Amino acid sequence: MIQVNNLTKTYNNGVKVVNISNLEIPKGQSFGLVGNNGAGKTTFFSLLLDLIQPSSGFIKNNDIQVNTSEDWKPFTSAFIDESFLIGYLTAEEYFYFIGDLRNQNKADVDALLNKHKEFFNDEILNSKKYLRDLSKGNMKKVGIIAALIGNPEVIILDEPFANLDPTTVNRLKKIIKELGENPDVTVLVSSHDLVHTVEVCERIVALNKGEVVKDIVTSEETLKELEAFFAV
Amino acid sequence: MFKHFIVLEWKSFFRSASFGTNVVLKVFMVLLALYFMAMFLALGFGIFPMLEDMGLNPFNTVNKYLIYYFVLDLVIRFFMQKMPVMNIRPLLALPIKRNSVVHFALAKTTISFFNLLHAFFFIPFSIMLVLNNYSLPSVVLWHLGIVGIIYANNFINILLNNKDSIFYPILALVVGCGIAQYYKVFDITIYTAPFFEGLYKTSYLAILPVVIAAAWYYFAFNFFKNNLNLDEGLAAKSDVAKTENFNWLNRFGTLGTFLKNDIKMIKRNKRSRTTVLMSFLFLFYGFIFFNNPTQPAVMGIFAGIFVSGGFLFTFGQFVPSWDSAYYQLMMSQNIQYKEYLSSKWWLVVIATAISTLLASFYLFFGWHTYLLVLVGAVYNIGVNSHLVLLGGAFVKTPIDLSTATKAFGDKQAFNVKTMLIAIPKLLLPILLYGLGKSFFNDSIGLLFVAVAGVLGFAFRGKVFNWIEKIYKTEKYETIAAYKQKN
Repeated sequence: MIQVNNLTKTYNNGVKVVNISNLEIPKGQSFGLVGNNGAGKTTFFSLLLDLIQPSSGFIKNNDIQVNTSEDWKPFTSAFIDESFLIGYLTAEEYFYFIGDLRNQNKADVDALLNKHKEFFNDEILNSKKYLRDLSKGNMKKVGIIAALIGNPEVIILDEPFANLDPTTVNRLKKIIKELGENPDVTVLVSSHDLVHTVEVCERIVALNKGEVVKDIVTSEETLKELEAFFAV
Repeated sequence: MFKHFIVLEWKSFFRSASFGTNVVLKVFMVLLALYFMAMFLALGFGIFPMLEDMGLNPFNTVNKYLIYYFVLDLVIRFFMQKMPVMNIRPLLALPIKRNSVVHFALAKTTISFFNLLHAFFFIPFSIMLVLNNYSLPSVVLWHLGIVGIIYANNFINILLNNKDSIFYPILALVVGCGIAQYYKVFDITIYTAPFFEGLYKTSYLAILPVVIAAAWYYFAFNFFKNNLNLDEGLAAKSDVAKTENFNWLNRFGTLGTFLKNDIKMIKRNKRSRTTVLMSFLFLFYGFIFFNNPTQPAVMGIFAGIFVSGGFLFTFGQFVPSWDSAYYQLMMSQNIQYKEYLSSKWWLVVIATAISTLLASFYLFFGWHTYLLVLVGAVYNIGVNSHLVLLGGAFVKTPIDLSTATKAFGDKQAFNVKTMLIAIPKLLLPILLYGLGKSFFNDSIGLLFVAVAGVLGFAFRGKVFNWIEKIYKTEKYETIAAYKQKN
């Protein structure tokens, strides 16, 4: 589904933040990206969404090169950070807005929201608050669910577990696992938390200073292997 | 303790993102400040002989209109003067007495530009008074009283901050008084002028404003001290949200989706509300030019463009910065650039049409005047709406929707490219009108401008494709720029 080809991103000060010669993510895989701060996780996702320009190389999403065509947008959705939320809307308005853009009618969106009612824990819908006034954790919940609207085939979530309470983390794991079971949906998740990532992803890639240093299919030993790798 | 505060202030000023990055901006801001100082200085020295030439008693006349001067001062402060509150937050957990934090925050406002500016008018004016044989001690007392009122305004504004419900009725009342005075129905200055004269004539009345200023300081101090908690005074104000659907816009498809969003954006953010209010004021711009023999006749079209294009200029010039906070979302969503741009175009066009309708009161000036507005509107819709969007491609300043302070001029105005694009917005129609008027007649002049507008409208599709391309090439830079928050 996603092919990375000799991708590099170098900033003006000469620092190479992403340098991936070859990476292929097949359709339907749930893919985990781990690494320390500055490893290039968010930069990689931004490149994948054509929010920054690659210094060389390219990414293909379903055989569409992302920085030359916009045709990947209809089947790709993402939540990177709060800049994906529209602060002056209520949660419902935001969901319907995204729904409109993804050709979903109000009933479709309502059905999805109803399905994830538990995830919201009664703090989001009908809360009489604009998104800008929600707590960080609640903002994240809104962003994650909004990324599921319109049955996207590629879902990109940057640090979805950060800022969430333990119960919500478990609910989110359940959601991601369910998505992973769908053979049509490719989920890309990044995290600092090795345990969470190992639990929800079929394959884990570790980045360090922009380069792929580990690429493992999840098994019983994966966690140990990763913990050994990141040990101080 | 105050020494630390001052060092902090110094650093926050010189290290602020907007200040550090742009040298041109720094220079311009200094020039602007100097300009205002010079204007006030010139006015301070000049108003005395000027009023004398007009056969008026300068001192009495100034006293008469001081009430409006101070209200205007309060209005300007309300919109522009920043509150000293938010940067207090990190200090709360440190071992500093609350009183000194509050005293410092309030003291900081006293040296604000909005206070010092008045000195450039009142000091020279007072000097002129003394030079013209007004008694020195009395002038000093009068001056003291004025300073008291200015500082009272300063502290009133702090208490008034964000209390729209108090501010707008007061504003309406004063505007009402102004209109009543203009039509000689009721003259408030009859009651206020004696007070200002009293500052000079009596030896005790000057104490009153000073006492009032001190009292307002005391109120402001207490207010802040009692509200110096993260959940009260320092809490970011959050409104009770109401979900609105605007279902009637659904029939316009994607366009309707964006329009819905833009309407909510305008309604729910202070910055955009202020902008719309300002664009409303543009409607009255024509009074300066229409039927005014001191202005050249070609300037009529200039006014016509401004009257109908207030929203276009004030709102349109910041497209796409209005969406800067969530631009990454827009760029990764299932949106074609063209749809996004055309929704902004429609917004501007609809607003221009509404402005033109509202401006129909210019019919009282005669058909010709309203025709100027109409032709201006055609040009705005056909040409300027595109130019404004084109300029937007080069706007790289994120907008903080929650503050109104920068609504009166943002640094994007100093972008050379946007400046160049701004020229045809105003100069071209004046040129066309002037040419037609001088070589043929007035109607041909108007026709020239209107034809330019219609042509622009006819080539809309082509122009849009071109603008879209420019937006695409500028995309990465724009995203990067919007990520840097001030």
